[in-house]
Amino acid sequence: MLSVTDLQKTYPSGDEALKGVSIDVTGSETVAMIGPSGAGKSTFIRCVNRLTEPSGGSVELDGVEVTALSSDDLREARRDMGMIFQEYNLVERLTVMENVLSGRLGYVSTWQAFRRNFPPEDVERAYEVLDRVGLADHENNRADELSGGQRQRVGIARAILQRPKILLVDEPTSSLDPETSKAVMDLLTEIAAEDDIPVLINIHEVDLAQEYAERIVGLRDGELVFEGTPDDLDETAKGQIYRGEEIPDVTTGAQQSATTDGDATEGATEEGEIRRG
Amino acid sequence: MTDYRTWERRTPRQRLVRFTLGLLTIVVAVVAWTLLDVNYSYLTSSPEEFMDLFNRMYPPNMTYSGEILSPLIETVHIAVLGTALAIVLSVPVALLGAANTTPNRASFLLGKFIISASRSVNVIIWALVFVIIFGSGALAGVLAIGLRSIGFCSKLIAEAIEEIDPGQVEAVKATGANSLESAIYAIMPQIKPAIVGVSTYRWDINVRSSTIIGFVGAGGIGVELNTAINTFQWQNVLTILIAILALVVFSEVVSAYLRRKVR
Amino acid sequence: MATEQTERREWTRPTAFYNHYVKWTVYLVITVFLLWSAWNMRISLDRMLQGWDAAVELLVGMFPPEFTPFKTDLLIEGMVESLAMSVIATIVGVIISIPIAFMAAENIAPRPIYWLGRGIITVSRAFHELIVAIILVKAVGIGPLAGVLALSYKTIGFFAKLLAEEIEDIDTGQMEATEATGANSIQTLLFGVVPQVMPRIVGLTIYRWDINIRHSTIVGIVGAGGIGATLLNAFDQYDYDFFMTIILAIIAVVMIGELVSTYVRGRIQ
Repeated sequence: MLSVTDLQKTYPSGDEALKGVSIDVTGSETVAMIGPSGAGKSTFIRCVNRLTEPSGGSVELDGVEVTALSSDDLREARRDMGMIFQEYNLVERLTVMENVLSGRLGYVSTWQAFRRNFPPEDVERAYEVLDRVGLADHENNRADELSGGQRQRVGIARAILQRPKILLVDEPTSSLDPETSKAVMDLLTEIAAEDDIPVLINIHEVDLAQEYAERIVGLRDGELVFEGTPDDLDETAKGQIYRGEEIPDVTTGAQQSATTDGDATEGATEEGEIRRG
Repeated sequence: MTDYRTWERRTPRQRLVRFTLGLLTIVVAVVAWTLLDVNYSYLTSSPEEFMDLFNRMYPPNMTYSGEILSPLIETVHIAVLGTALAIVLSVPVALLGAANTTPNRASFLLGKFIISASRSVNVIIWALVFVIIFGSGALAGVLAIGLRSIGFCSKLIAEAIEEIDPGQVEAVKATGANSLESAIYAIMPQIKPAIVGVSTYRWDINVRSSTIIGFVGAGGIGVELNTAINTFQWQNVLTILIAILALVVFSEVVSAYLRRKVR
Repeated sequence: MATEQTERREWTRPTAFYNHYVKWTVYLVITVFLLWSAWNMRISLDRMLQGWDAAVELLVGMFPPEFTPFKTDLLIEGMVESLAMSVIATIVGVIISIPIAFMAAENIAPRPIYWLGRGIITVSRAFHELIVAIILVKAVGIGPLAGVLALSYKTIGFFAKLLAEEIEDIDTGQMEATEATGANSIQTLLFGVVPQVMPRIVGLTIYRWDINIRHSTIVGIVGAGGIGATLLNAFDQYDYDFFMTIILAIIAVVMIGELVSTYVRGRIQ
């Protein structure tokens, strides 16, 4: 399980991106982090695997304190955290297979990596994962030949190949059109469920968060202002997260929760259409 | 009497500046011309001299073409080895001279200094220096071409390094790769086209350069050309010129083909 | 998903060549060619050691640089001649280049004239400036005239090519509007084309002048005037201190030229 306590990040410019955020992600739950742009969502995700160095607080993954690790140990810890990026961040000029296999770089020697000489079981698994994300027969395409949705599927495959203990997902859909977004989200949550991996996802589309997450946390100005189930996220809570409205806890209105349900059903229909298409 | 309004394109001040600049240019040109102390009889007789030269050159000596084959091959060797040397040395220099990979300010300045020092000395001067050091021969030529090319290659490779997408490097690092692995998987693929492009382009330039370093004894076809001119074997000169032209066209075609191939 | 029965699939990286045999053959050919080239250089340890000694001697001999009045005069005289050559060659070259550039611009020149213009540019670019210079020395005699002619000739290929590309990129609407007023073709050029390319002409002239300064310092090596002749003399007389002094002076002049040229071009644009 991932346990983040009082995570802080202050940039050299003096901007306080995170002012002490604590979150636990356990079991195989999907936690969505929502919030306006600039709230510190990306900084939070990046501080977990220390792509951005946090200024204070603790990040613990299965009992290992990540913030205290030396760079060698950090590399080992990173193998357990699969990351999926907003701009896919595939190595554009490498083939799909190389991109997927790069998920195993933490396990092979540099010389093997240079020769592209990965263990046969990794290659076999890479093929399976590519089949799973719907990119069978694309292994020799270069990443820059793929569409946005396909690239994000390769990104998912790369993260899955790490056999991570958690998936960190940073705005996976904001470079995609709505339909592709849904397809990618379906795939992501299904794979995570199959492999029993918890997912921490930061996302700005509230409807997607409500549809796919089991738990939602809201971040505003580097502080946690909401935590609850998708049903708890009513207009009041949204106002609090997105407009900073100071409103004491009120029980959710029946009308609003009905609206949310309606959204979810609608989403499910579209999803069905995509599968057929 | 109608009082027409006048129009001038420029204000008096602008006109004054332009006039002064124009005058300055003329003065500089006149002074430069007098300094050159040109013998006008040479100038007036030059058209005849050209015709005479051409008549003596034509037709080219075709039997000579067999003899220049080996210096021509040497010319290509010099260009290839010089370029290879330059590329091998420019990758580290480029890493120093690129703002995002250089370790610190001092190393950045060192990188920039090497780049500019290599570029400000002409290849023929490098050739003279290496002829002094290693004696005449192709080795001096290779080193001259190599050192002259470092600046050019490093500068362009450094620019490519500065333009890489850091996201790709980050993604590979996030899988737990070490820095060497992320260099191989995320940096190299991004700068590979630049390296191949720069080296083939520079090779093309170096083929041209290696045709002339022979004038100071640094090997290649230039040695033959110099000898033929100094011994007034004009028909051989034309043969060599045609051979050089063919070589230059050949290298241009090859380098264009290679650059198209690597995308 | 994963089944025990599935046969393990293998993957090898696709190659830019047709198959892996071709790839290895190409690599082998390149390696053999490089080895052949290196073998032709006759590099020996002995030679490297001698070279090391010579290099040390050269570096030691460099200091202090020679500044006796006689040598200083030679240096200044040669350098001034180089600079004068670069000025004249740039002016002459640019004046000849401008009409050729208009001839070689696809959008304004008629077909036959276009090919003629392109032809002149190609011929001018074909040979290295030192080859042009060495031939011209035989034609018009040793001295700066040969250098000026060589540099002017090389200027044409450079200047006319870049200017022609610039003319091809102009906004044809401005040209058409001028034509539509009833202007003749010369007037159209003057009012519809020249104003668009004028800043570029000035910028290119200064850029080329910078390049001509570099070249004017070396054409003397084949007898075409300038500091290069002084440099070759020092080299022939084993006067290595003076040789290095001249090289340092050349570097200084070239760098100043580049700075000035970059500054002025920055101001114009």
